[in-house]
Parts: sequence; C-alpha cells; structure tokens
Amino acid sequence: MSDVSRRDVLRRLALAVIAGGALDRASAQEVHHLVAQAQGGPDARHVPRMLTDPEYRTLERLTDLIVPVENGAPGALAAGAAAWIDTISSENDELTRIYKQGLAWLDAAMKRRGATDFVSAPPAEQTALLDLIAYRRNASAELSPGIEFFTWVRRMTVDAFYTSEIGIRDIDYRGNSAMASYPPPAEAIAYALKRSGV
Amino acid sequence: MAQAVHDVVVIGSGAGGGTVTKVLADLGISVLLMEAGPMLSMADLKEHLWPYQVPHRGAGERGQGYTTPRSGFTFSATFGGNQIDGEPYTVAEGSDFSWFRSRILGGRTNHYGRVTLRFADYDFKPRSRDGLGFDWPISYEDLAPYYDKAERFIGVTGTAEGIRSAPDGIFQPPGALKAHDVLVQRACARLGIRAVPARQAVITTPTNGRAPCHYCGQCGRGCMTASNYASSYVQIFPAMQTGRVQVLANAMARELIADDTGKVTAVSYVDKTTGTEQQVRCRTVVLAASACESARLLLNSRSSRNPRGLANESGTVGRYLMDTVGSSLSAQVPALSGMPHYNSDGYGGHLYVPWWNWNNKGLNFPRGYHIEVGGGYGMPGIGSFTGIVNRAEGYGLTMKRAIRDAYGTSIGLAGRGEMIPNERSFCEIDPNVVDRWGIPVLRFHWAWSDHELNQVRHMQQTFRAILESFGGRIQPVGGGRGGQQAPPTGQAGPQTGQPSTPAGQPMTAPSVASARPPISRGGAIIHEVGTVRMGSDRRTSPLNPFCQAHDVRNLFVADGAPFVSNPDKNPTHTIIALAWRTAEYLAEEMRKGHV
Repeated sequence: MSDVSRRDVLRRLALAVIAGGALDRASAQEVHHLVAQAQGGPDARHVPRMLTDPEYRTLERLTDLIVPVENGAPGALAAGAAAWIDTISSENDELTRIYKQGLAWLDAAMKRRGATDFVSAPPAEQTALLDLIAYRRNASAELSPGIEFFTWVRRMTVDAFYTSEIGIRDIDYRGNSAMASYPPPAEAIAYALKRSGV
Repeated sequence: MAQAVHDVVVIGSGAGGGTVTKVLADLGISVLLMEAGPMLSMADLKEHLWPYQVPHRGAGERGQGYTTPRSGFTFSATFGGNQIDGEPYTVAEGSDFSWFRSRILGGRTNHYGRVTLRFADYDFKPRSRDGLGFDWPISYEDLAPYYDKAERFIGVTGTAEGIRSAPDGIFQPPGALKAHDVLVQRACARLGIRAVPARQAVITTPTNGRAPCHYCGQCGRGCMTASNYASSYVQIFPAMQTGRVQVLANAMARELIADDTGKVTAVSYVDKTTGTEQQVRCRTVVLAASACESARLLLNSRSSRNPRGLANESGTVGRYLMDTVGSSLSAQVPALSGMPHYNSDGYGGHLYVPWWNWNNKGLNFPRGYHIEVGGGYGMPGIGSFTGIVNRAEGYGLTMKRAIRDAYGTSIGLAGRGEMIPNERSFCEIDPNVVDRWGIPVLRFHWAWSDHELNQVRHMQQTFRAILESFGGRIQPVGGGRGGQQAPPTGQAGPQTGQPSTPAGQPMTAPSVASARPPISRGGAIIHEVGTVRMGSDRRTSPLNPFCQAHDVRNLFVADGAPFVSNPDKNPTHTIIALAWRTAEYLAEEMRKGHV
C-alpha cells in the first residue's frame, strides 16, 4: 500500500470524525489492516551511503555477530540492520565519524593480530577480538576506543533489529492492534502471582 | 470597510480554549479561535505506525536522537517541545526550569497523558487546613457540576471508590488491570494502600458519536477514532460544524490593545505564514494560551495606563508559578521473566494510587501525591533495550537472551505531588531578550522548598517498599522528571508516543543516596499553572472568582493560569471544568449586556 493511499484512508477517517460520525469497529479494523499492509522491508541490495564497500561488509559482519541467527530464526543481517545504520549515520556527522573511525580501529586491531583486516579474519579471531571489546571491564589505552565503538554498534544494531518486522516478531510484541475489549490477561496474572508470592 | 468586531476572541486552543470554544458555540455565540501553530490534520497522526514504517524508526531526523538530547516525542502529536526555534525563554541564574510548549490546534491535549482527576473538597481550602499557600475563592461544590459536564462529554474511565482524596465522578467502565497492575495492587494492599482503576480521558463505550477505545496504547500519538480526549478532535472540529467558529491558525498573539476605558478592543498578532503584523477587533477576549504564555501576553500589553501590563494592578501576574512534584522509581522484577506474553497496550495506565495519607497529620511534609503505575510489553522502539544491553554487555545469543528475559519485566512508579506556591517561583519579562518576531520573552525563576523535597523522600521510600515486596530489583535513579526513564503510565519504550519518557534531560539529582532526593526539575512534569490567579481580593489576585479580570471586565482567562494551588491531581480536568464554568458565565454576562 503506497503512502499516498494510506493518507487517503486516514483523510477519509479524519473526515468521518470531524463530521461527528461514529467510526465503527469494522472501519477501525480496516485501517489497521491497511496500515499493516504498508509495512516496508529491509533493503535487499543496499548501496552504502556513508561507508565504502569493505567498511559496509565489516558492519554487516558485526551486526550478524551481535544479533545472530537463532535456531533458524533470522537475525540482524536479515533484518537489514547494517543498511539502516549506514543510512541514518550518513545524515549525521557525529555518527559518520564514529563508524569511520571505529571500523578503521577494528581493522587496525586485527592487523596487529596478524590478519589482513576484520572481515577476512577467521570467525574465531573475530569473536576473540569482540570478546575483549564487548566488556567495559577490559578498558585499557589499547582497547578503550574499540570498547567505545562496540557500545555504539551494539546499541544501534539492537535498535535496528528490534524496530524491524523480524525483530518485533522475535520479541513477541503482541500489540498495535484493535481490540473490541480489554479482558484480564488471566494466564499472565496467574503466572505473576505464583512467582512473586504477593 | 470597517473591520469586523468579533464577539469573542479565544487565544489558544488547548483544553481551556477548546472547552470555551465548544461551550460558547453550543450557546449560539460566535468565536474566533486563535492558535499560534498550524491546523491539526488527522491524517498526520502517527497512530498505528510501526517503527519500520518511518525511515528514522524513531531516532529522529538525521538520527539526532543518538547525538543530541532526545525529545522522546518522535511519534507523538505534539508539534512542540522544550525548545522551539526562534521562540526562546530564559532561566534566571540559580534556577532550573524547562518550559514545554505545543504549537498545533489542540495544543498539548493531542499528546498528553490523559490522567483525569477531580480535586478533592479539601484541595480548594489548603490554607485553612495547614496554614500554607492560599485558599481558592471557590469550593468543590462550585466546580462539581462542571466536572460532571466535562466527564459526560469527554468520557473518563474509572470506578466509584468513595475515597475522599479522589472524588468519584461519572465514569466509563475501565479496561481490566494488566498483570503488573495486579502485583502493584496486591503489594499496596499489604502496605495498607488502596490502588484503583486509573481515571483516564478515554471512552470505552460509544459516547457522543465517538467510537470506543480500541486499546492500542498509543494515546500520545493522537487518536484517529477520537476515542480519547483532545480539544482538537473532541471539541473544536465538532464546534466548527456549527458554523459559529472560525479558526485563525499560525497566529502568534503579540499583545492585547485596550482603550481609554480599560477594555480590550483588539488583539495584535503576527501572521506566521506571512510574517506580517495583524489585528483582530473583539468585544471580549479569553486568554487560554497556557499559563505562562497568558501571563506573558498580559505583561507585554503595557501602556501608559497600564505600565505593569494589562490586568496587573495587583502586580501578581506571573507570580505563584507552580508545577507538579515528580519523582519516579522502577524495578526489574524477576518474577515476571518468562510470563506468557499478552497484548498489554490498553490505554496507558490502568491502575493508579490515590493519596492515602490525606488524614495523616504525622508526616514531615504537607499535602500529598498520587502514584501512576507503568509496565508491560511496550512496542519495541529506539532505545527500548539500551539499558538492558549496557548492563548485560557481551553480544550474540547470550545478549539476546538477556533482552528476552528482561522484556516486559520492568515496573515503574511515578509520584505526582502537590507543590506549595512560593515567592521564588515565578516568571517575568526578560528585559533583554525577544523572540523572532520581536516579542519580549519570559524569564523563569524556580525553587523547590523542603515541603517538596520531604515529599519526594516519602515517595522514594514508598516506591521502594512496593517494588521490593514482589522481589523487584531497584534500577538506578536518574532523568529530568525525577526518576528512572521508566514509563509512568503503562508504556515500556520511548517510542510508544507517550509523553512521559523524555530521556536525556539534565538530571536534577544524581542518586537517592545524595542529600537532595531525585525531584523533577521545575516545569518538567508540564503541569505549570498559577500565574494569573483568581481571588476575591483585587489587590492580591488578577482574576475574580469567575476568572474574569478584576481590572478589565471583558478579559477572561481559561487555562491553568487561574489556579490558586496545584493539588496532586493532574491539572487538565480542572482546566476543562473551570473553562466550562467561565464560558457559561461569559455567555450570561454578554446576554445581560455587562460585557
């Protein structure tokens, strides 16, 4: 559903409301349905805006390591996290600097460990480096720039994943819909009472 | 051709201006409604949008949410904020204050929290009770009929409870309690505290042609089915259908023009679309521009006859500025990990705790507070899991499991308490700063007293006792609204359109352990009221008990400015009731030829 037609639907709705008319349940449901159809997906073939191709491949690999495939359930790679980070960061000088410098640091750190760069290093060496920079307790003159960068890329990858269709399904968010009533969540209440002891 | 003289010019279209406009239009009186922002288009509301349907997904244009203090309002229907380009305000040295303004038809009612509480009978006579602050010139009985009218018209959820601090009203059936609400309610009961269904300006049955709530939890984004209250779609659009209401949008009022007899004859304003100076002539004028903007307009309406500003012979315009005392605490509750997921959106908060100590003389602070309860499985948004991830660290499936285990397990309690008006909290015209149109701006002065600080200490102790009784792990306190960034009204992420989570504001207090408890900064709760107060004595109050200026008979005020005190009840309901009463009085005065 195009943005234009969505706006048309909403405009009709608005007119109904302005006219003082009641909007019945079926119409409300129709809106939800139409809005749901307007879902956008991850860019299949993203052309990097901020990053060079090698930098972009490194970012993709990082997002894949941060939120990997889990028992066949797609992760950040399939959710297009790298494309979103590249796009939003390309419009923001500070984020651009963070990613350019951070990705360069990653390659330099990998070089010091004898590899060509991060993305072509064996997976075990990649995770060995992440195991260092994924924790603040490892802060040192050498590692701190990497830790700081990884905090950024982890945070934004998590944001990108859980704001995607894939991530929202993964976390099992059940709302953003129209309900005719709001009944008690009996099963959840029983669970909470039993486990909390109040 | 002589310019038309409008019977009533209303300045501002929020809860007060919208109510006056609707009531007058229904009484057959023509209204010119001025709004400093644009018309609201229902098609622009962002209700039901998923984050991925917006390119920035909630991070703000150009990802500004990551690199500048977040507004937290990315999907909401505010069109405003604490900072507006070209419209500065200043804060006196040593004061800490933020001023949230909305520039859109409907003002802040499009996005606000919709907590709808009547004042208690004793709230109108606080000085008589404890010797502090001031009594109102009216009583609960004066306002009760207008609370009734407001509730019948806009619709408010709730249940009759017979609690003196929380008078019952005409209620819509509430939605069921959510799972975390049941825990909080039981924990409160153990402490001897009653928690009751929330009173929200939301309809759950068809009301006045409006469809009932569909429980999407996105009230803050503006409601496409007009199932919650906003002055725009509940009052002003229907009033426009009468043919008696003309909306003048993008009109920034500069000053009120008075004649030799002291009556207002015109409003001068800037047409923001052309940048030109304009005037509208009026028989009467109603200020409803928000408490501080209304004070600013009066103070800027200076003349040789009124050197201190219009309606300010008392010298009290801008004085007795109050906000609500805010302080919050949240906990991660391990007992909720693994709970069967359910749709917890509802309509924001479904449970609240009215002030239970109203008859307790043994406290070290006066007045009281209520508690708003938040939690549940909010729609994931930018920043929803940042706190969890920064605590868990690592990456991969271990980190992902930590997110999954923590999702929906946070419970937040937000205290909203009464501030006593004091001499050090006020606004005035800054002699050195003007806005983009050359209009002098406000300078704010702010100070909390020990009354508020002691109240916050009591809040924090209470919140901790409640949260720990079901095993909650208290989360660090911080944030400009006096507490953790956890949601006070049932929202678990910053992107659910709820205005209650502006992260990134400077912290007023760093931790519970410090001498100063975690109290909100002045203005942060966005309940600023009291700058043009009502009173029987014209020497100490600009307005009479009908919110009519003592000095200017055809000038009325219908926002939060007339408030004499600021009880813990969120102000919107009383703004509506007062405005309704003022509009009926104005209509009667016009009929009698008095104005």
